[in-house]
Order: sequence, then C-alpha cells, then structure tokens
Amino acid sequence: MIEPVQAAKPLAISGHRLRPYALEIAYEFIRLARTRAYSLSVIGFPLMFYLLFATGHRHTPIAKYLIASYSCLGLGSACLFGIGLGIAFERAQGWLELKWASPMPRLAYLLAKMASSAAFALIVMIALIGLGYSLGGVNVSPGQMAGLAGVLLLGSIPFTALGLLIGLIMPPTAGPSLINLIYLPLSFASGFFMPIAMLPRWLQAIAPALPTYQLAQLALAAFGFAPRAGALVHGLVLAGFSVLMFAAAWITFVAVQARTQ
Amino acid sequence: MTLALPLAAADARPEDTIASLHEVTRCFGARTALKQFSLALRAGEVTALLGPNGAGKTTVIRLLLGLLAPDAGRIQVLGRDPRQSRARTAIGAMLQVAQAPNLLTVREHIELFRSYYPEPLPTADLLDRTGLTPVQHQRFGTLSGGQKQRMLFALAMCGNPHLVCLDEPTVGLDIHARRQVWHDIRALAAAGKAVLLTTHYLEEADALAQHIVLIQQGRLIRAGTPGAIKQAVAAGRIRCRTKLPDEVLRACVAVVAIERRSPQEVVIFTHDPPAVLRALLALDATLSELEVSAASLEDAVLAMSAAA
Repeated sequence: MIEPVQAAKPLAISGHRLRPYALEIAYEFIRLARTRAYSLSVIGFPLMFYLLFATGHRHTPIAKYLIASYSCLGLGSACLFGIGLGIAFERAQGWLELKWASPMPRLAYLLAKMASSAAFALIVMIALIGLGYSLGGVNVSPGQMAGLAGVLLLGSIPFTALGLLIGLIMPPTAGPSLINLIYLPLSFASGFFMPIAMLPRWLQAIAPALPTYQLAQLALAAFGFAPRAGALVHGLVLAGFSVLMFAAAWITFVAVQARTQ
Repeated sequence: MTLALPLAAADARPEDTIASLHEVTRCFGARTALKQFSLALRAGEVTALLGPNGAGKTTVIRLLLGLLAPDAGRIQVLGRDPRQSRARTAIGAMLQVAQAPNLLTVREHIELFRSYYPEPLPTADLLDRTGLTPVQHQRFGTLSGGQKQRMLFALAMCGNPHLVCLDEPTVGLDIHARRQVWHDIRALAAAGKAVLLTTHYLEEADALAQHIVLIQQGRLIRAGTPGAIKQAVAAGRIRCRTKLPDEVLRACVAVVAIERRSPQEVVIFTHDPPAVLRALLALDATLSELEVSAASLEDAVLAMSAAA
C-alpha cells in the first residue's frame, strides 16, 4: 500500500533521470523507519489514542470517526516531525549545504520528504482500519478507504510545505518540544480527538483558520461524517495554504542562503 | 595595499584552467567577506587557500559551488556559471559537515550520491579507493572520525569531478587520519583534478599544495609557491625593548614585519628568528626583555597585511 507514493515522482525521459528521485525517496523512508523515536511515535501515538478512546465505543460511529481523524493526526506528525525536524537538523549540521552543492535534483529532496511522510500516514491509516475492524467493530468500505488515502496523499502537500517552513526557521535544539507545543493544541482544536461541535464556541470559531481542521473535514467527508459539498472549499483552502507556505519557505531559504557566511 | 604575485606559474597553460574567480566581491550586509578576489585553479594542481578563521576561505568555496552569488566579478567552472546544475556535475565538494544522516550505511550514502551524476564512478571503486570496503554496511553513526571524513571524501568523488573543493578536510582528525587524507589529496592531483583546499595550517598547505594563496579579511595578501609563501610568512615572533629605529629593524635580514607597542617596545615577525636575533644583539647592546615565540598564522598574516 505504499505504492501510491510512487505517483509523486515526476515523469522523466530516461532511467538515469528517474534514479535520483527513486533512491532519494527510498533512502529517506529507510532513514525515517530506522529513526525509532520517529517511526514509533508517528505510528504509535494514533494507535495508542485509538485503543484508549475508540475501543470503549465499539460498533459506534465514534470508533469510525476516530479512524479518519487519527489518520490525519498521523499525517500531520509525520510531516512536522519528519520534514520539519529533519530539515532543521540537516541544515544545522551542514548536510543540506553539501546536498545543495551536489547536482541532486532540487525537487527530489522535497518529494522524498513528502512521499516518506505520506507513506507513514498510509501505514497509520491501514493500522487504524485494522484496529477498527478487529477491536472497534467498525468496517471501512473500499471506497471510503480509497477516499481517505486520497485525502492523506493530497494532504501531504500542504503539510510538507508547513514542515519545510518550520525546518527552515526553527533551531533544531528547540525542535521536538516546540512542534508538540504547536501541534497538540492544533490537532485538538481541529476535531482530531472529538467532533468539533463538542468543542467550546470560541474554538469552533477559530478552527476554520487551521489547516488541520481543513484536512480533518476532508477526511471526515470521505467517511460521510462531514458534508461532501464542502470538500471543494476545504481543498481550495488547503491549496492556498500550500502556496502561502511554499512561498514563505522559498523567501526564507533565499534569505538564509544569502546570509550564511 | 596588497602585494600580489602574479597568479599564474610561468609554465602553466591557460587551457588547463578548470575554474576561476575574477575580481569577485561579496558582501554580507555591511561586512565585505571577499574583495576583488581572483584565483585560477588548474588541472593536476593543488591550490591551498590559507588564512585565519573568518578570512573568507569558506566564502570562496561557496561561490565556486554555486551556493552563493557574487556581488561583482565573474566565476567560471569549465566555462559555466557554477549556479547551473550542469556545472555542478563537474564539481566534488567536501564541506565542514558536522554529521551525515547517522542511520544510513556507508554504501547507501554512496549509492544515493552516485545517482546524482550522469557518469558516476563504480561503487566498488569508491569504497576501495577510500578503504571503506570493510565498513560499507556499517551505519554512518558508528564510524570513527577518520572513517566519517573518508566517506565524505568518497561522496565528493562520486561524480568523478574535474574540480574538487575541500573545506578544511583535516579539522578534528588525528595524525594518522590526517596523513590518510593528505595521501588522498595528492592522489587527486595526480589523477589530473584541480583541487582547492582551505586550511589554517601553513604546514598542511606546504605539504600538499603547488600553489598557496594567502587570504586575510577577504583580500588576497599574497600568492605563490610554498617556498615563496614560507619566506613571506613569519614563523617566529620576537619581542624586546630596543633603541633601534623601525627602519633599521626592517632592514634586518628575514624580518617580515614589525609592530611598535611603545616607543621602546617592539614585536618583530620573522621566518628566521636566529638570524634576526644575531643581528639585533650585534646592533643594540642595551637590548632587553627579550622574548622569542612561535607566531600564530593569525598574527603573522595580520602583521603582513599591516606592513604591506
């Protein structure tokens, strides 16, 4: 099920042109999988939360709702920790500079980070569907599964952009705690843990401004918990957010390059 | 005023020039990191960029690698602007990398870097040449300092480059590992590559380079053969109280520069302390508070640029 990730590769004419993309993606995934603190927390936390909060609601919509929302939680943390923290470290250690001095295709670097994060999100999704089936007593239809996978794949674009920006501005030492500080409230306010209707009014008012909320709404729409009609708007908001983040990241990158002595 | 010797050695042919900087200036905010700096790198030749920390050595490397754009002047690598990706396939770089991703193996790192180049060297060759074959399946994080440096060296060689830029390649290495890197650098030049090496050790530049460029505060102070540079750079520092005037001191054999601390007290930089001492003692019977020490490169270069 990691196959859809391959779709992220651009079409190229010859095998030689494709090779750096394929290897960059493969080794980034291997590197992250070997980073136990990453792979265990990105996959482990959504599963643990599911066991804690969903298994008490067997055969109810809650057990199904949480499959969609915790898949989004997985995607967000995969991107913020994998890409944000990853780039912050590679930048601080001079590794990014060495890669940049090589003829590595620029796009391969970012695609590798994006594809690896999406792959981890899909692993989380499949594991949650498995848990939902076995312990939650809920079924996800193939159509819903495909819909959620599509949302996660497309959703990896805006969160890659956000991760990239964080990686370029954040000092690596502050990394993990800073990301948690931002990401946990964000995921709570976006309805990852409970439907947004159950949250305080003021939070409900803020939520639409959060990219995590927009992602959750798309994922919930795939499962029929949110109106499908709104999907286009949520998609457009995320597209706009992606453009904004990539632009900010580009400006930051150029400024950092010019400043580095 | 800087005293620059002509850059080209008499026997070098211009067609051997692999890369060049021509009158390059680069500023960072109000600070000028490099000022009208020119340099030519030729095939089969090791050029050492020698200077104290913050002299602009790394800026030269980053400009050659296309990581920075010059504010003024021209940079060419095999006739191309190094910011074009085609030019990058002809360059190998070893930068001051604190760490490569720890969890990938030596072989994985090399395979990945090879994929960036149109005509990479075979993996087995790279491993063999750098002596990393026995540790090829070990993760980067488990390597010794010397092995790590050699893997970074292997990455620089992946594309079989014409130009190799090495930014302080022996920093933090023990003597054994340093000798290994020296051996590798000599092999590069023997294979016809143009090699640019930055260092703040005169000894290292002397051991490796055919051509040394002395740089201080972004300016070329002096360029020439190791022999010429060793004559110009003061190895010793003599401090004393003397009545002798500046002109007399400067006229002494082997004096590179002098620095007046007070009307009586003077610091003399020299590449031959015994010769200067003999002259001083012969000329001034009242000489006192004599102190002889080794000059750091910083001191020596500062004294030279002040004197020039």
